Amino acid sequence: MSKLSKLIAIIAVGAVTFITGCKPRGPQSAVTGDAAQKTYIAPGKYDEFYDFVSGGFSGQMSVYGLPSGRLFRVIPVFSVDPEKGYGFSEETKPMLNTSHGFVPWDDLHHIALSETNGIQDGRWVFGNGNNTPRIARIDLKTFRTVEILEIPNSAGNHSSPFITENSEYVVAGTRFSVPLDNANGDVPINTYKQNFKGTVSFIHVDTSGRMNIAFQIQTPGVNFDLARAGKGKSHGWVFFSCYNSEKANTLLEVNASQRDKDFIMCVNWKKAEEYVKAGKAEKRNVAYAHNEYNDITHSATSEIEKEVLVLDPKNCPDMVYLMPCPKSPHGCDTDPSGEYIVGSGKLAAVIPVFSFTKIQKAIADKNYDGDYDGIPVLKYESVLHGEVQKPGLGPLHTEFDADGNAYTSFFISSEIVKWRLSDLKVVDRVPTYYSVGHLSVPGGPTRKPWGKYVIAYNKITKDRYLPTGPELAQSAQLYDISGEKMKLLLDFPTIGEPHYAEAIPAELIMKNSQKIFRIEDNKNPFAALGDSKTKVERKGNEVHCYITAIRSHFTPDNIEGVKLGDIVYFHVTNLEQDWDIPHGFAVKGANNAELLIMPGETQTLAWKPDRIGVFPIYCTDFCSALHQEMQGYIRVSAPGSNVPITYSTGKTEPAGPVAAK
Amino acid sequence: MKKIIQLIAIPIAIFLFVSCNNEKQTNANTSATEANSDAGQANVKDDASMKDIVKIAVGSSDHTTLVAALKQADLVDVLANPGPFTVFAPTNAAFDKLPKGTLDDLMKPEKKADLQNILQYHVTTSALKIDYFKDGQTIGMVNGDNLTVSVKGGKIILNNSATIVGSVEGSNGMVHIIDGVLLPPVKK
Repeated sequence: MSKLSKLIAIIAVGAVTFITGCKPRGPQSAVTGDAAQKTYIAPGKYDEFYDFVSGGFSGQMSVYGLPSGRLFRVIPVFSVDPEKGYGFSEETKPMLNTSHGFVPWDDLHHIALSETNGIQDGRWVFGNGNNTPRIARIDLKTFRTVEILEIPNSAGNHSSPFITENSEYVVAGTRFSVPLDNANGDVPINTYKQNFKGTVSFIHVDTSGRMNIAFQIQTPGVNFDLARAGKGKSHGWVFFSCYNSEKANTLLEVNASQRDKDFIMCVNWKKAEEYVKAGKAEKRNVAYAHNEYNDITHSATSEIEKEVLVLDPKNCPDMVYLMPCPKSPHGCDTDPSGEYIVGSGKLAAVIPVFSFTKIQKAIADKNYDGDYDGIPVLKYESVLHGEVQKPGLGPLHTEFDADGNAYTSFFISSEIVKWRLSDLKVVDRVPTYYSVGHLSVPGGPTRKPWGKYVIAYNKITKDRYLPTGPELAQSAQLYDISGEKMKLLLDFPTIGEPHYAEAIPAELIMKNSQKIFRIEDNKNPFAALGDSKTKVERKGNEVHCYITAIRSHFTPDNIEGVKLGDIVYFHVTNLEQDWDIPHGFAVKGANNAELLIMPGETQTLAWKPDRIGVFPIYCTDFCSALHQEMQGYIRVSAPGSNVPITYSTGKTEPAGPVAAK
Repeated sequence: MKKIIQLIAIPIAIFLFVSCNNEKQTNANTSATEANSDAGQANVKDDASMKDIVKIAVGSSDHTTLVAALKQADLVDVLANPGPFTVFAPTNAAFDKLPKGTLDDLMKPEKKADLQNILQYHVTTSALKIDYFKDGQTIGMVNGDNLTVSVKGGKIILNNSATIVGSVEGSNGMVHIIDGVLLPPVKK
């Protein structure tokens, strides 16, 4: 027996030596030996979390599995997407309409998953359009953008779309202060201090998910950066970080860094609701697009709304307060209890942690340090829980676990620092590769963090992956936070630039995932709900082709009678009622698009032929063993031609006359 | 004169079809923590889609023999593939009409290739609705042999030996129920 245990011991020592000896050098040496095991999801197994990651300048949102880091889907939101046909088909084009017209490409920064009682509920995910200010709602049954609401009186919708604990509101704070929409905007830029104003918007989300702007609050001309809603005891409040309290309009990198402290703006939105009810809000004439996608008509509509209610803090006491916060605060994060608000001054040497209880007391005691444009400024010391000393360089964002720990990202010192909320002591730090921006713990911004991991979303990639020329994929890094020390497990590349991300347990979403659209529910006005309903109709110079697609043919697949100068609308209905069987549609020479049509759905491609001839059509999504046979022809004749409209499938006799050359 | 639609068994389709026999699909259908076996496409949990050919056959009490034979021939996952297929599905009674012992013999492991050949002779890779069938048609079947269609007195008869007695549309093709088992032509 002892012989055996001796042998085991020898083998064990050998194994340890072997593992140690194999440890690679360089940046990878931060990875522990069992990292692969912890992130390996065997074929056919599922990840534990969905991770919704902003696509930054790509304007999209991507969906990864955690801990594997596998990409499952890119959800098109604010940019056209050839992979989905989004923004190309006639049905989806209205989603990208704005008061400025069609905007094909925007910049999506932040993610907010819907919540009930401060816990992620898996109904919707929201994203912000940063450039042309908008908020989008994605339905997590279909993983599709179903609503986009433009924000008036805003420019650079960065402080958005943070959500309240019962999804009552998502907020949208303007990054740029500007002359507001109904003011005279033709003013010298250096009259900033007189003419430029900020706003924060409270967008109400009803039980169906539909958004509307409940009210806006007009603010001094600062820049709003990020925000978080209160939770638990601080439910009813939203905290907005802001910078440029100097009100600079040029060279902000110097001119907006003059003051020791900028602000976190505390908004009592329940008070604001009372003021709106009491008629204190001013109705202002503006114009903003409200776009909605309907899964029954399989079409989007875009309407321009004309009014918004604006509250001015001057007329609404006790609604807005400012807390001083060191050096251009960026992140502004509330802990799971709702008691602590963590400000992260980009240029600060400390992380200030504010106490909601102290804020309430300071307000009650009118413990003010004067005012800023008429808004009371709370005394810094009176609202401070404490400061994390020497935490790192360039703090940006903080997330939380369920055990009283906070995780803050540091851009300049390129690390994640773990610290305790109770005594504000740093307990661990790990490097990121390189220069982390946002970070995310599953459930980290909610009352119920799921913990397990923290993911760093890095800004700089450099040598982390095989080089691909000047442009590299952005990099994310997954760390195990189940122990006292954080452990790097995995690098994975992301789509566009990942700003914020939120992860949620897979089981909260996967069971609701929709497989098909029921054909009997299809109310698209151009749907052909069966081969017998297909037709080709001429209406003036428009030719409408009502086409069906099913493995492995189009009906009709031979169309004649189109003339040069016509606009041809291919309304293609996918008759399949089978999960994961989309069909594609393409016609040679189409200048704008192709289509991708989900089972039970109808989508439309508008095509303006540019020459006489016969043009192939075919299915672009490999659908079946006879996918390559899923094709047809459309004949385009001269403008004055007498070729009649004819259409067929499976008919081989020549029918129409041949045009004389 | 009735129009004859020549249905050509496209070699590519056949190739794909055959190669799928050996493919182990790994569609996950378990919870996040549960391990998934190497179950094939027929095991995908999906109550929302229309039933596929396998689910139709499994759900029919008249086709228990066919289902058992498909399992023995490893063709269940194949018929859950996107297809599209037309399957001529002999009823239990049709199998009973075979000479005594024939089926038992075919179900033996060493006769698997013969069983596969016969079952694949009941499948073509195109979803053919009942009104596609015309008198005198030749249809190329998945096993590589042809089958002939005749129409007599409104009835569609295959190889003069099996009559279509009913049709069911599936998500991945058509099931035409037949009252006889089709036997591939004897190789010369």
